Amino acid sequence: MSAIVGRRRTLPGFGLTMGLTLSWLSIIILIPLAGLFLKSLELSPEQFWNILTSRRTLNALRVSFGLAFAAACVNLVMGSIIVWALVRYRFPGRRLFDAIVDVPFALPTAVAGVALTSLFAEKGWLGAPLAAAGIKVAFTPVGIFVAMIFIGIPFVVRTVQPVLQDLDPEIEEAAGSLGASRWQTIIRVILPSLAPALLTGLALAFARAVGEYGSVIFIAGNLPNVSEIAPLLIVIRLSEFRYADATAIATVMLVVSFVIIFAVNRLQRWAQNRVPAH
Amino acid sequence: MTIEVKNLVKKFGSFAALDGVDLKVDNGELVALLGPSGSGKTTLLRIIAGLDWPDSGEVTFNGADALAQGARERHVGFVFQHYALFRHMTVFENVAFGLRVQPRAVRKDEVAIRARVKELLDLVQLDWLADRYPSQLSGGQRQRIALARALAIEPRILLLDEPFGALDAKVRKELRKWLRSLHHEINVTSIFVTHDQEEALEVANRVVVMDKGKIEQIGSPDDVYDNPATAFVYGFIGESIVLPVEVANGAVSLGDRPLALAADGLSPGASKLFVRRHDMLVGPPGTGAFEGAVQHVRTFGPVQRAEVALFGGETIEIDAPRDRELRAGDRVGLEPRRYRIFAG
Amino acid sequence: MTMQLTETVRLSSSEAKARAHAETARRNLRTEPRAVRIAIISVAILFLSVFVVLPLVVVFAQAFSKGVLAYLAALSEPEALSAIRLTLLVAVISVGLNLIFGLVAAWAIAKFEFPGKTFLITLIDLPFSVSPVISGLVFVLLFGAQGYFGSWLREHDIQILFAVPGIALATTFVTFPFVARALIPLMQEQGTQEEEAAISLGASGLQTFFRVTLPNIKWGVLYGVLLCNARAMGEFGAVSVVSGHIRGETNTMPLLVEILYNEYQFVAAFAIASLLAMLALITLIAKTVLERHLDEGHDIRDH
Repeated sequence: MSAIVGRRRTLPGFGLTMGLTLSWLSIIILIPLAGLFLKSLELSPEQFWNILTSRRTLNALRVSFGLAFAAACVNLVMGSIIVWALVRYRFPGRRLFDAIVDVPFALPTAVAGVALTSLFAEKGWLGAPLAAAGIKVAFTPVGIFVAMIFIGIPFVVRTVQPVLQDLDPEIEEAAGSLGASRWQTIIRVILPSLAPALLTGLALAFARAVGEYGSVIFIAGNLPNVSEIAPLLIVIRLSEFRYADATAIATVMLVVSFVIIFAVNRLQRWAQNRVPAH
Repeated sequence: MTIEVKNLVKKFGSFAALDGVDLKVDNGELVALLGPSGSGKTTLLRIIAGLDWPDSGEVTFNGADALAQGARERHVGFVFQHYALFRHMTVFENVAFGLRVQPRAVRKDEVAIRARVKELLDLVQLDWLADRYPSQLSGGQRQRIALARALAIEPRILLLDEPFGALDAKVRKELRKWLRSLHHEINVTSIFVTHDQEEALEVANRVVVMDKGKIEQIGSPDDVYDNPATAFVYGFIGESIVLPVEVANGAVSLGDRPLALAADGLSPGASKLFVRRHDMLVGPPGTGAFEGAVQHVRTFGPVQRAEVALFGGETIEIDAPRDRELRAGDRVGLEPRRYRIFAG
Repeated sequence: MTMQLTETVRLSSSEAKARAHAETARRNLRTEPRAVRIAIISVAILFLSVFVVLPLVVVFAQAFSKGVLAYLAALSEPEALSAIRLTLLVAVISVGLNLIFGLVAAWAIAKFEFPGKTFLITLIDLPFSVSPVISGLVFVLLFGAQGYFGSWLREHDIQILFAVPGIALATTFVTFPFVARALIPLMQEQGTQEEEAAISLGASGLQTFFRVTLPNIKWGVLYGVLLCNARAMGEFGAVSVVSGHIRGETNTMPLLVEILYNEYQFVAAFAIASLLAMLALITLIAKTVLERHLDEGHDIRDH
C-alpha cells in the first residue's frame, strides 16, 4: 500500500490497521451485500421482471416510495420551519425542543411503532378526535405516512440547521441594503443558499422512510396492495421461503439507496464548490 | 449628498462603541474612517448604512432624518468587508440583484437591467467575468464585483467597510489607486473604514481618526500626518519619538536637563513630547534643544537612521538626510522642527 | 425662558424621533415581523409536540396505565428478563466489535493519506442507508437453509440463524458505522503532529496510541459507543428477520415488544417499550453532555 502512494509514513501501523479495516469491512458488510447481488443474478431477467411487476410487489413499492416521498416533502417544509425557529429565534424551551428533534433517531423503531399506533388508533389520544372528524389514521396508508414523517424529521433538521447557523449575516444585510424586502431576501438569497442542504435532508429523509420497517408495520394495517410496505413484503416472502422474491425486491431497494447516496455525495460536493475560498 | 452625524452614542452592553460622535461629510467627498480595531469606525459606518441603530444621536442625509428610514429605503451602497457576494448567483446576477428586487412600478425592464449591469461591469473592468460564480474569482475581483453591485442601485452614498482588508499587499496597492480614480469618475459621497493609515492617507480627501468610540482628529491627510491633534494620533499615524518630559514653571525639562522649548499654555506636570523622526534636525553640539551622542548609524536609501543617546537620559532614533554623514561617537545638537507636548 | 421653551420642544421632538427609530429598528434586516415569528415558533413547537413528544408520553402512560405493580410484574416475567439479558449480551458483542473496528479504521483513515479514502468512508457508511430488513436478509441468504453456507453449517452443526450469533451479526452490521463515524472527523481534525512527536521521542506505536491518541479522542469514543449502543439495543427490523422469534431464547426487547403488543398485552408491551424509551432519553442527555465536551475540546484546539 505504501509503495503505491510512494511516500514514507512517519506513523506506524498503516498496513496493519488498513488490512484489518478492509478484512472486517468485507466480512461484515461487503460479502453479505455481495451475497444479495449474487443471489439476484441467479434469477433470470424474466423471473426478476415477473417478480417486480406482480401486482402485490408493485403496490408495495408504490406504497413505500410514494408515501416516503410525500413524508419527506412534509419533513422538508416542517423541518425548515423548525430549523428557522431554533436558529433564528429565542423562545422558552428552545434548547429542549432542539434536543427533542433527535428523539426519532434515538427511540427504537418498535417503540415508536407501538406508541404511534396507540396514539393514532381509533381510541387513542389523537386518533379519537381525528376519527370523530372522519379521518382514520391507524391501519391505513395515512398511518404509514405519519410514521414516516416521525422517522424523517431529524434528517432535515440536522442537515439544514448547521448550514443556516453558519450562513453569513452579511449576505442578508447586503440584500437589504440593495433594496430587497425581507421576503425577497428569504426567497432569493437565503433559500438558494440552503438549497443543497435542503435537498440533502430531503434525500436522507426519503431514503430512511423507504427502508423503514419497525415504526411503520404496527400502524400500517399491512393490507396487501393497500397498506403493505416493501420491507414487510420482503419479510413475508422470506417467511414463505420465497427467497427469490425477497431478493429481487431487496435488490431494487438497495439500488435505489445507492443512487440516493451517490446523489447526496454529489450534492455535498456541489455545495462545497459554491463556498468561496477564503 | 451631505451626511451629518450628531452626538451619536451606541453601546454594546457596557462597552461604548460610539461615545458622542459628530461628523459632517460634504457632497462628493471621499472620507476615510481610520482607527484601530474596536475604535467604533465600523459601527459608525453601519449606523449610517442603516444596518445598526444608535442608542441616541442623529444622522441626517441632506438635512433629512436618515434614522427614520430602514436600510432598504436609504439608498446607500454598502461594500462589506468580506464582500458578502451571493454565492449561488453568477457575477452578472449579483450585480443585477439590486435592480431586480425593486418594486415593480419602478423596476427596469430586462433589456435595461442587462445594459446597466454591463455598464457597471465595464466600469469595474470585469465584464468578461459576467458568467462566473463568486467562488471562481480572486479576492480583488470579488471586491470589485461587490462594488459594482453596490453601485447598481445608484446609491446616494457609498460606504465601504475595510474594502481592502482581506487582500494581499500588491492587490491592495492597485485597488487603492483604482478606487480613487473611480471615485473621481462617479463622484458619489463615499466613506470607507480602514485600520491601515497608509491606505487612508493615500486614498481619502479627508481622514477621520477614531479611537475608543470618539473622533480624535478630522483633517486632510497632510494635516493629520503633519499636525496630529492628540497624543493618540501622534502614536497611531506615522512613527514618532516619544519623550517623557516635565513641565514646571513655564519650562520643559528632560530628566534634570532643561530644554530650550516654549512651554506656553502647557499645564505643569509629567508630560510627553511627540516628534517625528525626520523632524529632529541635526546640528553641531550646542545648537538645538537636545544634545546627545550618536551610538549607531544605519542607512536606508536616502536617509540615515541614527541612534542618539540624549543627555538627560533616553535613547532615540532619528532619520536624517545623508548630506551630512553621521558616525558613531559624534556629538550632535538636535532641534525638533515640529513637535507637540501633551500632558500625561 | 425662551431657552427653556426651545429645550422642551427639542426634547419632545427627539422623543418622537426615538419612537420612529425604534419602529424602523424593529424592521431590522435579519428578522421577521413579530406575528410571523410567533407563528413560526408555534408551528415548530406544535409539530414537535404532536409528532415527537406525544408518542414518548404515550409509552409511559400506557406502561403505567394499570399501576406501578402491573408495570413491575410485567418486567419481572421470565420472558421479559430473558429478553433483557439477550439484548444486553448482543449489545456488548456488537458494541465491542464495532469499537475495536472503529478505532482501527479511524487510525488507518484519519492518520494516513491514501487514494480512495472517500470511497472507503462511503463503504463504511453503507449500513446507514440499507433498510434494516435487507440488513437481516443478507444474513439469511448467507447462512439460511438455502443460503450459500447453509448446508456446510448444517453438516458441522453450527447454528447462526435463529440464534445469538445471527442476532449479533445483524446488529453488528446495522451499527457498523457509528464508532468509526464519530472518530474519523475528530482524528482528522487533530492531525498527526502529536503522534509524530511521540514517535520521535521514542514511543512505540501502541504506546503512542494509548498515551497520546486515545486521551485526545476519549469523548469521541464515548460518543460513538453511546450511539452504537442505543441502536444495538433498539434494532428491530434486521434482528426480526434473523431471530426466528423463539420465545425466551431469541427474543430481544424490541422483538418482545412486538410479540406482546400483537397479543394485546399492552401493559407488558409498553413496560418493555418504556425501558427502551428511557434508554433513548438517557442516550440523548448523555449525547448533549458529550457534545459539549467535544465542542470544548474543539475550542481549545482552535485558540
